[in-house]
Amino acid sequence: MSITLNVNGAEHQVDTTPDTPLLWVIRDYLEMTGTKFGCGMAMCGACTVHMDGQPIRSCSTPVQLAAGKKITTIEGVSSSAASPVSRAVQQAWDDGQVVQCGYCQSGQIMSAIALLEKNPKPTDADIDSAMSGNICRCNTYQRIRGAIKEASKQLV
Amino acid sequence: MRWINNETRAELARSFQEIDGLASPQESRRHFLKVIGGIGAGLTLAVSSPGTLAKMLPTGVTAAEGEAFAPNAFVRIGTDNRVAVVIKHVEMGQGTYTGLATLVAEELDADWEQIDAVGAPADGKRYNNLYWGPMQGTGGSSAIANSYQQMRIAGATAKAMLVAAAAQRWNLPTAEISVNKGVLSHAGSGRKATFGELAELAATLPVPDEKSIRLKEPEEFTYIGTSMPRKDVGKTDGTAIYTQDVWLEGMLTAVVAHPPRFGTKVKSFDAKEAKASNRVVDVIQIPTGIAVVAKDYWSAKVARDKLNIEWDESRAMDKSTDQIMAEYREISKKRGGVAHDHGSVGDALDSAKTVIEATYEFPYLAHAAMEPMNCVALVNKDSCEIWNGEQFQSIDQMNIGKLLGLPVEKVKLNMLFAGGSFGRRANPVSDYLVEAVHIAKAKMGTPIKLVWSREDDMQAGYFRPAYVHRVRGGLDAEGNIVGWEQHIVGQSILTGTPFGQGIKNGVDHSSVEGASTLPYAIPNLRVEVTSTEEQVPVLWWRSVGHTHTAYSTETFIDELAVKAGQDPVDLRMKLLADHPRWQGVLKLAADKAGWGKALPKGWGRGVAVHESFNSYVAQVAEVSVADDGKFKVERVVCAVDCGVPINPDVIRAQMEGGIGFGLAPALVSAITLKDGKVVESNFHNYQVLRINQMPEVEVHIVPSAAPPTGVGEPGVPPIAPAVANALAAVTGKRYYSLPIKV
Repeated sequence: MSITLNVNGAEHQVDTTPDTPLLWVIRDYLEMTGTKFGCGMAMCGACTVHMDGQPIRSCSTPVQLAAGKKITTIEGVSSSAASPVSRAVQQAWDDGQVVQCGYCQSGQIMSAIALLEKNPKPTDADIDSAMSGNICRCNTYQRIRGAIKEASKQLV
Repeated sequence: MRWINNETRAELARSFQEIDGLASPQESRRHFLKVIGGIGAGLTLAVSSPGTLAKMLPTGVTAAEGEAFAPNAFVRIGTDNRVAVVIKHVEMGQGTYTGLATLVAEELDADWEQIDAVGAPADGKRYNNLYWGPMQGTGGSSAIANSYQQMRIAGATAKAMLVAAAAQRWNLPTAEISVNKGVLSHAGSGRKATFGELAELAATLPVPDEKSIRLKEPEEFTYIGTSMPRKDVGKTDGTAIYTQDVWLEGMLTAVVAHPPRFGTKVKSFDAKEAKASNRVVDVIQIPTGIAVVAKDYWSAKVARDKLNIEWDESRAMDKSTDQIMAEYREISKKRGGVAHDHGSVGDALDSAKTVIEATYEFPYLAHAAMEPMNCVALVNKDSCEIWNGEQFQSIDQMNIGKLLGLPVEKVKLNMLFAGGSFGRRANPVSDYLVEAVHIAKAKMGTPIKLVWSREDDMQAGYFRPAYVHRVRGGLDAEGNIVGWEQHIVGQSILTGTPFGQGIKNGVDHSSVEGASTLPYAIPNLRVEVTSTEEQVPVLWWRSVGHTHTAYSTETFIDELAVKAGQDPVDLRMKLLADHPRWQGVLKLAADKAGWGKALPKGWGRGVAVHESFNSYVAQVAEVSVADDGKFKVERVVCAVDCGVPINPDVIRAQMEGGIGFGLAPALVSAITLKDGKVVESNFHNYQVLRINQMPEVEVHIVPSAAPPTGVGEPGVPPIAPAVANALAAVTGKRYYSLPIKV
């Protein structure tokens, strides 16, 4: 069936089955590869995108649920039109030299942006609760925590 | 991975001789330009849209333009003043693109901003790991160590030629020309020129003899020892390209239905239902299962679920982990092959006042890199091209070449960023690459992206083997350790691999490293090993044998210290009197951690020190234990001596990451087998560390002028024993199996 998706402010028509996960529509149909496949069952967070501003695991979200919603991916938060929070988070990630292999980091950054958009001054417990769904096998967690706090400082 | 066998060595040497027998620098340079041209050229072949090429370069940057000045295999400078440093090792997060680029930039006196790191093409002759002979590949924390001189000489040679070019153009003696941050200048005349402006002229000059090249003294370093920002860029905006992201014209995606148990083969299959979708292109039987080839991943995956496959399970594995561990415990009570023996441990234990005995158990572990294994392969009639987070170039070329009947130079490998590896991508049988090539061979001319699901990745084996260690230690009346006997039981990783050279008299060094090399001054020490055989494929896992030997040795020495009424740090310091580098990290970590100072109630402190891959690491862990037994690792103070620290921030990052990686098996990770089936399938039941479990980590680096050694693995081994020792300090109990249950 044909589904209309709004991704990063642009409308896309895709012809797919309604239960196809949003992740694979973004990657294989729209050819946007910044959003990663890690587990396929919402256990690792590598596929995190925003749906109407909320962080969701696109690997476990049927595409039909995304129709009519505003989807934002890592490409969307990296554009010149990105929000101050997005810019602060990515800057803090770069300044803090957070990344190692980098494969999980699109998802980490999307979760961190969603957290700071809602809660500009998160506590350690807030960070744990917002970020514990995002696995990093390089274990860059200490720097992720530090970068979120640094971005928060820049924003408040 | 330091023990490549003679047969493979000879085969590789033959392979590379066939590629070229070039000797002179001039010829090498021409050859190099051709090869370098290939980095981009290969990628343009079938790229679907303009602009994608730049995106697909491993660093996401455009390479130096213009006719490059390429004095050697590692440096090229464009007329646009960009300096490309060609990196022979895979970037999998460990920071090698940054570290190796630093070595060149240092001796070249380049500006850090003008440096781009680009991945090398596969060429075991030119880009071999100098520790491995004629073989290109990454592992054993060897990238910096094997490249330290090579990359510096490459940078210094390029600089000498640029200086010579300036001297010629300005008609001045070379001695009067200085170089600073990418600019050559002459103080007397005020003349200045950039690298880019001199590149073409420099390219016409002779390459100086290596013996005439002077490398900097440590006090002259400006980049080495400084935390320069990383060069593996594009990882915070989604533009970095991993294998998963390769998109080629006409490419199809494949998933494979793998056997449910090791040792199983396909008996028959029915693909009628699977083929019903118009997005499914083909269903193919390959040696490792049934491949579904489709226009996208999801269609392929859904079709795979609809396959009806009858498996031939006549030779399937049917053992469970419990049975394996019970067998290993029995074996551990008998004698094994001797890996190390000095003094007379039998007599020492017989006459000891106190003998302590412990049996340790370690489960199988999966690497579980964030990017599930995947590979893009394109097979044509007389060539093959691969896109992969390529860690084992020469072995992969050889395995694929054999499969296709092609000479190795016809197997072209594009090295992309790897979304983690931890040893998994360095596979002696190139398992997932060969699987992709089998499919691509059946679909000749069509690029195939093989994608493994997380379940495929986790249940495919190539695990860190399960081990049992039996240890006995004796104390005399004064509390001195008089004897130590250890028997390690488990599968051999090196058997049947090109690294069989590491097996001597039946002893696989990788099973005992860290125990057979115990540094403590113990008068009677014997370490034995029994290599078992199981149908479970096994592989090195970040820090290899040290993953388990550090745990048994460092918790056992701690137990002996406490039993003898001695402080665990004091006793170690005493027994390490002949090992200053061990002592150095131990003392530094203990001092910085405030060893001996009071802690809140319910908190404990534990220490461990271990050498691996010629780097020395000590860690002090602080844990808090709640009344219900729940515990948290609160803080870790780490000291590392890895020789000359190239990039302190990357070293810190690797220690932080290594600590988190080693905490996972200490706290939560285990692969178990039930009737031959791998029980764990995804991150819900194979747990790994999450942010809420990550302690605060503090890293201190020992200043050193010794040759630099690796940091990718050495941060891992000490953390689990440090945590167990800290728990023991609170609970008074000892923990003999991982993950720890309090």
